[in-house]
Amino acid sequence: MLQLSNLYKTFNKGTVNENNLYRGLSLKVNSGDFITIIGGNGAGKSTLLNLISGKIDPDEGAILLNDSDITHMPEFRKSKLMARVFQDPSKGTCPSMTILENMSLAYNKGKAYGLSMGANKKQVGLFQELLSQIGIGLEDKLHTKVSLLSGGQRQALSLIMSTMTSPELLLLDEHTAALDPKTSEIIINLTEKIVTEKKITTMMVTHNMNHAMKMGNRLLMMQRGRIAIDICGEEKQGLTQEKLLSMFEKAGCEDAVSDRMLLA
Amino acid sequence: MSHLLDFSINVLQMGLIFAIMVLGVYITYRILDFPDLSVDGSFVTGAAVASVLLLNGVNPFVACVAAFVAGLGAGFITGFLHVKLGITNLLSGILVMIGLYSINLRIMGKSNLPLFSNETIFSLDVHPLVVIAAFALVSKLLLDFLLSTKLGFLIIGTGDNPDMITSLGIDTGKMKILALMLSNGLVALAGSIMAQYQRFADVGMGTGIVVMGLASIIFGETIFKRISIMLPTTMALLGSILYRFSIGAALNLGLSPTDLKLVTCVIIVFALSAGNAHRFTGVKRLLKGGLANASIK
Repeated sequence: MLQLSNLYKTFNKGTVNENNLYRGLSLKVNSGDFITIIGGNGAGKSTLLNLISGKIDPDEGAILLNDSDITHMPEFRKSKLMARVFQDPSKGTCPSMTILENMSLAYNKGKAYGLSMGANKKQVGLFQELLSQIGIGLEDKLHTKVSLLSGGQRQALSLIMSTMTSPELLLLDEHTAALDPKTSEIIINLTEKIVTEKKITTMMVTHNMNHAMKMGNRLLMMQRGRIAIDICGEEKQGLTQEKLLSMFEKAGCEDAVSDRMLLA
Repeated sequence: MSHLLDFSINVLQMGLIFAIMVLGVYITYRILDFPDLSVDGSFVTGAAVASVLLLNGVNPFVACVAAFVAGLGAGFITGFLHVKLGITNLLSGILVMIGLYSINLRIMGKSNLPLFSNETIFSLDVHPLVVIAAFALVSKLLLDFLLSTKLGFLIIGTGDNPDMITSLGIDTGKMKILALMLSNGLVALAGSIMAQYQRFADVGMGTGIVVMGLASIIFGETIFKRISIMLPTTMALLGSILYRFSIGAALNLGLSPTDLKLVTCVIIVFALSAGNAHRFTGVKRLLKGGLANASIK
């Protein structure tokens, strides 16, 4: 479905801070995959999502989505083909607009934005139904400005909005990292539910090793711009923390210690 | 009594002409978060285009439309410089403002263009205030309508959270250009009405327009923000009238017209700092209890 072949990316080229992050990164994502991605800081997890979503341009290599080349497509065009939820809860919504207005905007994705009414009153029922499945009472706040919502509420809304139009590919960039543990669980459960129900191909970057092990059908461990571990299917189902840690050490992950700390 | 009536009508007329310009500045300054200085030039462009057309016997309402279109063009250039050529927003506006000065002189042929006996929008058999109010209200209602549509939501969103709009598959650059065009169009329309109202166009009549626009917006918001159902465009419109009123009052108090720019600046400083009053608490304590009580952080 999504194919990255031989990607090269260097940051700060020609300076003392030159960082050859990717030297020939390749990855094949199958349709229906739910991939969790872990790795230390600077391993290139977020950059991977940025390359796919078009926020960053690769120096070399190709990105194919459903066999069409999207390597150098501008970000807004790529956005039509995929959805993304960021770590920062304020990035997925417009703060000065109400929940209804935000959802109306997202509901219209892929269609023309013309001079018909912006707030979609016909879909209020659908919006309320979608919001009520989160179970935090957002369905009664349709006319509340998003700037008045908490980070967790915003992130739940962002997730609902980005998956409303059933994108083919969903990119989750540590989307629970800025939330407290309880809210984080709510968002994780919601993510699981939506991805399973809608069968969206998903790539989720996370710092939480438990989430990475429990969720999805495939796990990637990134290390200095390469994929150090790629396990899927039954092998992944049978994962335990001990097994995963010993795999890290075998794969020669120098910062396994800091990864181990993440289990705390 | 009749002096007071004259004063009020004059304030309303000037306030409503400038209100059209304020609506334009509102689009860039508040919605897009883009401090667009090109309006200082496009206000004159509107006045110049309309005046030249009127002198050539064109229908005054057609001249107003032409001025609006010229404003769209000016806004497009600012947007093009910023979005396509990557020049910062402030500098794009300044460049267009400076460039328009020469263009305006080209259009007018000389620096001052009087409209002696030419037909204007005020030649109709109604009070000028009616004509001006109609222009201002129609502009405001059309803008309100636009901002409630899907396209309007995209423009609001582009100023609010461009990442989110991009994620919808929309080119935020196009939205910025569109908003800048609309903004400068309204400003040029206001310029064309102003020229017809005062019966001349002058190449210097746009100086300080952007500051005047900001003053009116901030004025309106400071006073009416507690009324939550009031639309921001209504606040901008009322702010413009209030601003004109305070200018008129200052003149009546004996200040000379040449002091007006300074008065404008003082008004803005007061309006902007009124919201940040807590910053003065240190100063207040200093005044009350002397240095010992003032904790300076």
